[in-house]
Amino acid sequence: MNEILQGMARAAWLVVTLDADLVEIALRSLQVTLTAVAIASAIGLPLGALLAVSRFRHRRAAIATLNALMGLPPVVVGLVVYLLLSRSGPFGVFGLLFTPTAMIVAQVMLLTPLIASIAHQAMRDLWADYHDLLISLNASRAQRIRALIWDGRRALLTAALAGFGRGIGEVGAIMIVGGNIDHSTRVLTTAIALETAKGDFALALGLGFVLIALALAVNFAIHGLARTEAGSRW
Amino acid sequence: MRVMRGVLALVMVLLAGTAMAADRMRMAVTTSFENSGLAEVMLPEVLKDLDLEVQLLVVGTGQAIRLGEAGDVDAVLVHSRPAEEAFVANGHARHRTQIMYNDFVLIGPAGDPAGIAGAGSAAAAMSDIAAAGAPFVSRGDESGTHKAELALWQAAGIDAAARNPSWYRAAGAGMGATLNVASGMAAYVLADRASWLNFANKGDLALLFAGDPAMFNQYAYLPVNPALHPHVNAAAAEALEAWLLSDRAQALIDGYRLNGEQLFTYNAGAD
Amino acid sequence: MVAILPLRLEGAEVCRKGKRLLGPVDLTLSPRGFTAVMGPNGAGKTTLLRLMHGLERPSAGRIAWLVPEQKARAAQAFVFQTPVVLRRSVLDNVAYPLRLHGWARDAARALAADWLARVGLADAADRPATVLSGGERQKLALARALIRAPQILFLDEPCANLDGRSMREIEAILSAAHRDGTRIVMATHDLGQARRLAGEVLFLYRGRIHEAGPAAEFLAAPQTAEARAFIGGEIVE
Ligand SMILES: Nc1ncnc2c1ncn2[C@@H]1O[C@H](COP(=O)(O)OP(=O)(O)OP(=O)(O)O)[C@@H](O)[C@H]1O
Ligand SMILES: [Mg+2]
Repeated sequence: MNEILQGMARAAWLVVTLDADLVEIALRSLQVTLTAVAIASAIGLPLGALLAVSRFRHRRAAIATLNALMGLPPVVVGLVVYLLLSRSGPFGVFGLLFTPTAMIVAQVMLLTPLIASIAHQAMRDLWADYHDLLISLNASRAQRIRALIWDGRRALLTAALAGFGRGIGEVGAIMIVGGNIDHSTRVLTTAIALETAKGDFALALGLGFVLIALALAVNFAIHGLARTEAGSRW
Repeated sequence: MRVMRGVLALVMVLLAGTAMAADRMRMAVTTSFENSGLAEVMLPEVLKDLDLEVQLLVVGTGQAIRLGEAGDVDAVLVHSRPAEEAFVANGHARHRTQIMYNDFVLIGPAGDPAGIAGAGSAAAAMSDIAAAGAPFVSRGDESGTHKAELALWQAAGIDAAARNPSWYRAAGAGMGATLNVASGMAAYVLADRASWLNFANKGDLALLFAGDPAMFNQYAYLPVNPALHPHVNAAAAEALEAWLLSDRAQALIDGYRLNGEQLFTYNAGAD
Repeated sequence: MVAILPLRLEGAEVCRKGKRLLGPVDLTLSPRGFTAVMGPNGAGKTTLLRLMHGLERPSAGRIAWLVPEQKARAAQAFVFQTPVVLRRSVLDNVAYPLRLHGWARDAARALAADWLARVGLADAADRPATVLSGGERQKLALARALIRAPQILFLDEPCANLDGRSMREIEAILSAAHRDGTRIVMATHDLGQARRLAGEVLFLYRGRIHEAGPAAEFLAAPQTAEARAFIGGEIVE
């Protein structure tokens, strides 16, 4: 209990003094995860919509695979990206291992199935609603997908935010591919892991509170921008 | 769409915020070295003297060696002689340069149920723990510290079969996590002195035995061979090696104190 | 615009899981006219309309427009039994069919506003369509169906939820569309409405066309016992 109070005090102190290291790693956390979410959404949202509106041979298998991929263990993704980006791996020549880019790559792999799967679920319900009308209006497949994405944008925002939630709190994959290098690839979660290993639970917890606050702030900011909860929902 | 544009703009701003230093190299080091805090004193000096930013990858010895073999780092600073010699023998580094040593310490519950505090040697202390069947937490992760611990068990004549899981627990984790486990179960544990001094969650644990030369921990520097990995920053690795062999490095290392204690003893080139 | 009518159904059937829901149906829809599709619940009215519109594939037989199906689709519109509303504003719902066909947003909205006024929804233009009442949704669906001036309009019980005044407004719109040359096929349970609007009646019973003929004759003197019972307000099993 005492440790939790100390953690809160530590978090408050770090934030109030605008600790330079804290600001740096918090910004890097945001940079990595927001970029990954943007890329994963650009892939996952249309993919989810496409799966909802098209009928093809292995559609059910594709959806089942996607849902299974949602539970990908971050450590395994990290290890795979690590082996791919290592100098002795197939993409070694780019020298990306232990850079923020590598962390983004790993998170894109983690988040895309999650975002696509949630998007697919939302799009499937909307498509059940819209199916007859869009067929009747003779909308092309691209037009159907566009209508679903536009009218389902709030559900899709939720999908993207779920991706953000998973990404910002993720440590397994980015620890492996980023290496937790000070001033280069250290982010909030890897810093928490490090402080825990050092036994400095108060600082670790303080960083944890900062992480939670950051995640909340981003959620509120985006909901505010999109005015999701304001007025009537549709 | 407006939201998307906002997010993109934010990402751009964040991406632009990454600053650059002059020259840069990556060095894989062990947790015990990082925990000593010596890096925080040394690396700013290196930056000042050589205009070189050294990025540290803090991993176990096993992974540090793997990073060097794959060419993912420019140099390796570890403490496991057999692994280092194999690294050189396989051509991943042209040579191995001894830099300094620190020592391992035996930590345990302050009450010392196995009575190791007065032991005559590290081997005797290990025997006492085994005889008492007192809980002992091992790193169990093939790290340099783990290997040093195994060597001590061997010196005490206690083989793997004799280390009964009822008291011998392999954590399979880094030094900090292992110390956390030991603190939680009031167990004995072998740690490097620096990690111990830096460890904040000591609880009931205390340093019980140290000083046997068998517990000395030799660090060596291995620059990755550019003939095998042409992309490594060999010039920087060489410059850092020359710096480590200089009087300046010696003064820094010998003069470094943690909680008033000297941690490292400089013995470069004495190989 | 190329004429798509007449429409011919030859031995057309709809089956689901081995059960025949509709047919075989043989039928020709002439280019002009107003047809009421009548019959008890579950008789297959909705299924027949959906089949003609192309939302159901025939399990047997064929359906032929004067032009290939894809082309014919562009000149049809359908008002569903339970109206589908897009999750956007009422105005954008009505403008949507035009947007699909490449109209600029402002032009589409201007025409949509015009149609909203005609169906009495002008005040609701900027509301989210999902908050509309059942009757308002049907008016929206009607405006959206007519906005591209289709050659043929299918309506599946469009006045089921409307009060008397709204019904009169809708009927006026349908009559006007009919006068302007739109072919109308409407499923309805309302005998009075059929009498007021329809030129001919198709009476469906257990998935088959049981009786067909000019509306006035059918309503005054149905030939079959089932149709007589239906018109007499009895329960038809
Ligand atoms: N997808 C389906 N699967 C199985 N049966 C169906 C399906 N769709 C419709 N049916 C059945 O086909 C029959 C005809 O249905 P349809 O909707 O055409 O009736 P309707 O004449 O429009 O009735 P109502 O007056 O109630 O609207 C009904 O018995 C219905 O249960
Ligand atoms: Mg029906």
